[in-house]
Amino acid sequence: MKAAASFQAGGANFEPSDGHNSTAERAAKTGLWILIGVLTVLFTLLLLAYVIRMSDGDWRPVTMPWQLWMNTGVLILGSIVLQHTATLLRRPRPSRLRASFLLSGACGLGFVAGQLWAWQRLIALNHPVAANPANSFFYLLTGLHGVHVIAGLVVLAWGTALAWRYPGTRRAQLYVSLCARYWHFVLAVWLVLFSAMLWITPEIARNLCGAS
Amino acid sequence: MYADLSPLHEPRSFLTKYVWSQDHKVIAIQYSLTAIAVGVVGLILSDLMRLQLGFPGRFAFIDANHYYQFVTMHGMIMVIYLLTALFLGGFGNYLIPLMVGARDMVFPYMNMLSYWVYQVAVWVLMASFFVPGGPTGAGWTLYPPQAILPGTPGTEWGIVLMLISLAIFIVATTMGGLNYVTTVLQARAEGMTLMRMPLTVWGIFVATILALLAFPALLVSAIMMLLDRLLHTSFFMPSVVSMGMQLKHNGGSPLLFQHLFWFFGHPEVYIVALPAFGIVSDLISVHARKSIFGYRNMVWAILAIGGLSLVVWAHHMFVSGMNPYFGFFFATTTLIIAVPTAIKVYNWMLTLWRGNIHLTVPMLFAVGFVSTFVIGGLTGLFLGNVSVDIPLSNTYFVVAHFHMVMGVSPILVVFGGLYHWYPKITGRMLNDGLGKFHFWVTFLGTYAIYFPMHYLGILGMPRRYYAYDNYQFIPGSAQTLNADITVIAFLVGLAQFVFLFNLAWSLFKGKPSGANPWRAASLEWQTPDTPPIHGNWGATLPVVHRWPYAYSVPGAAQDFIPQNAPADPALDDPGDLGQAVEGAKI
Repeated sequence: MKAAASFQAGGANFEPSDGHNSTAERAAKTGLWILIGVLTVLFTLLLLAYVIRMSDGDWRPVTMPWQLWMNTGVLILGSIVLQHTATLLRRPRPSRLRASFLLSGACGLGFVAGQLWAWQRLIALNHPVAANPANSFFYLLTGLHGVHVIAGLVVLAWGTALAWRYPGTRRAQLYVSLCARYWHFVLAVWLVLFSAMLWITPEIARNLCGAS
Repeated sequence: MYADLSPLHEPRSFLTKYVWSQDHKVIAIQYSLTAIAVGVVGLILSDLMRLQLGFPGRFAFIDANHYYQFVTMHGMIMVIYLLTALFLGGFGNYLIPLMVGARDMVFPYMNMLSYWVYQVAVWVLMASFFVPGGPTGAGWTLYPPQAILPGTPGTEWGIVLMLISLAIFIVATTMGGLNYVTTVLQARAEGMTLMRMPLTVWGIFVATILALLAFPALLVSAIMMLLDRLLHTSFFMPSVVSMGMQLKHNGGSPLLFQHLFWFFGHPEVYIVALPAFGIVSDLISVHARKSIFGYRNMVWAILAIGGLSLVVWAHHMFVSGMNPYFGFFFATTTLIIAVPTAIKVYNWMLTLWRGNIHLTVPMLFAVGFVSTFVIGGLTGLFLGNVSVDIPLSNTYFVVAHFHMVMGVSPILVVFGGLYHWYPKITGRMLNDGLGKFHFWVTFLGTYAIYFPMHYLGILGMPRRYYAYDNYQFIPGSAQTLNADITVIAFLVGLAQFVFLFNLAWSLFKGKPSGANPWRAASLEWQTPDTPPIHGNWGATLPVVHRWPYAYSVPGAAQDFIPQNAPADPALDDPGDLGQAVEGAKI
C-alpha cells in the first residue's frame, strides 16, 4: 500500500495562487518520483537475484503462458486510456469521462485477472511454485508486480471518487495525472520483467555472473 | 487557517490530537516512545545474554535455545526497531519540519500511517515471544540455510513472524522516508537553501535516502526467504539433509542471501550513523558557542559516506570464500570511507578547539560520542583489511567493534539529542544531576564493557558461542573478565532506568526552560510557542537569512544570531552561506 499512501499529498492547498505550482503540488510530484525510485531499486534487485540464481545450474526455463502477451496488451491499453483520462480532466467540459475512467479501471482489473489466469494455467501444467527456481521466480516477479498494480488500482479508485466529488479542481487533475504516471511506471516495470523472463537464458546468466 | 497551507488538519478531538494525529511532533513522540519501549526489551535481552556468558549454567532458564533467541532479538530490535525508528521516525519527524521552517511534513496522513504501520511491525515482532517455539534464534543476520532448518530455535513460527515484521517495518519506513525527503526538498522556508540547513537535517536527509535505497534489498530477501520457508522454494536453500531427511530444497544460494542482506545491512550502519553525525555536529556547535568548522566539508562528507556505503557491503562476507579480487575491491572501498569520516572527526575537534565549551549534559554525550566513535572506527580499519579480518571475524573483536561504532556511539547521540531537544518538546529541562549521573555511568560503563572484548577477541574467544567455560583454548582468566563485563552491563542497564525516570519526572517537575535555553541559532528554537503548537509558526512562516551556526559573531549584540533574525550587512557574510567568517576565533 505504499503507492496508495504516496498520493495522499497532504491536506495542503492545491490551488496555485500566483500561477506557479503550489508546494503541495510540487511535493506530490516529488513524492511520486521518489517512490518510483524506490520501486526501481526493488525490482532491479529482484532482477539481479533472478540472474544470479539462474546462473546456478539447476534452472529449467518456464515456457511463458500465452496469456502474458494478452495481459501486456491490456496493460499498454490501460496506460494509454489513463493518460487520455488525465488529459480529459484538464478540459473545461470533459466528455466521456465516465467511460474513460471505467475503461482504465477495467484494464487494470483485466490485467490482474489475466495474470491470475496465467498462474492457473501454469499450475494446471504442473508447474507449481517450488518445482524449480524458474517457477519460483516467475510467481515471485509476477506476484510482486501484481501487488503494485493492485495498489495502483486502489489509488485510481480513490482518484475517480475525487474527480467526481470535486470536478474541475486542480487537485483532482493532479491526482489523476499522477495515477497515470504511476501506471506508465508499472507498465515499464512489466515490460522489463517480461523481457527478462522471455530472453535471459541460463547461458547469458552464466556469462554475466562469470560462472562456468 | 493559514493562507500558505490550508486546511492543516487541525485536531478536533482527543483521538485526532493524541492518537490518530497527523501532526509531525505528536507522531515523532509516538515513534520515540514506541522505539524506547522496544529498546528496553532489547536492553533486558542483552542483560540476560550477559548473565549466561558471565555465569554459565548458573541460570537454568537460559538454555542454549533461549540464549540464541535473546541474541537474535536483541540485535534486530536495537538496530532496526530502536535506532532506525528513533533516528528517522523520532528525530527526523520532530526536527525536519521545525529546522527547515515548515508547518508540517508534506504528506501528514501518510506520516500518521507510517507510525501505525511501524507499531504493527513491533507487535508482530513481540508476538514471536509468545508463539510455540518462541522467536527465531538465527542471529540477527538470519542467514539461510540454518535460519529455517530444524535445530535452530524458532523455525516454526519465530522466523516467519520476524520476516513478516521486517516487511511491515520496511513499508512503514518507506512511507516515512518519502515524507522526510520530500519535505526537505519541497517545503523549506524562504531563504532556507540546502546549504543553510543544519547538519542534523543533512544527516537525516541522506540517511533517509540510504534507507529508501537499501531497505528494498531486505524486503526482497525477506520475501524470498519467507517463500523458502513456507512454500519450500529454493531461492536461498541448497539441497540439505537434515535430521536424516532429504529436504525438498535444491540448488539455492545462501550466498545470494548474504549479498542481498548486506546490500541492506551495510547502509543500515550509516542509516544510524549519519543522523548521529548530524546531531553531534549541531550539539558541539551550540554548546561550544562556535560555528561548525568546515560546514561545506561536513555536508560533502555526509554525501560521500552515504554514496560509499552502498559499495562496501561484501566486507561483511570476507570469510564467505569470495574471490580475492572481489575482496580487494571491497577492502579498498571500505578503507576509503575512512577519509570523509576522518574529515568529520577533525572538524568536530576543530569546532571544539578554543570554543567556549559548556559541559552541559548534551555536550558530554556529544564529546563521548566522538571518543567511542573514533575507537569503533579505528577497529573498523583493522577489520576492513581482508587479511586481518579473516582471523578476527569470528571473535569478540568484531562484537566489540560494532558495538562501539554502531551501538554505543549512536545511542550516546540519541541521549545527547534527547537532553538537548527535550526543553523544546516539553517546555521543561531534564534534571541536570541525574543527566550527568546517567552520562558518566553509561559512558564509562560501556567502555568497561566493550574495551575488554577487543582483548578477548585477540585472545581468540569466538563469538556466537553459548558458553565459554571448559574450552582448552580459552584461558580461565577470560571467564573472570566475562563475569566482570556482565556485572558492569547490569549497572549500565540500571542507569538507563534512571534516564527513563528523568524523562517522566521532568515532564512535570523539571525546571521550566523558556523558548531557547541553549541560546541556539537554528530555526527550531525560534518558534513563537514552546512547545510548538500545531502549525509550528503562528501566522507567518519564518524567513531565513543565514546559516544555523552564527555563534560568537564579532560585533553582534549576543553570542548567537538566530537564522531568522533580519539580515545585517555588518554581521553577515555576503557569500551564499550568509555566514559570519567561518571559524573566526581560530
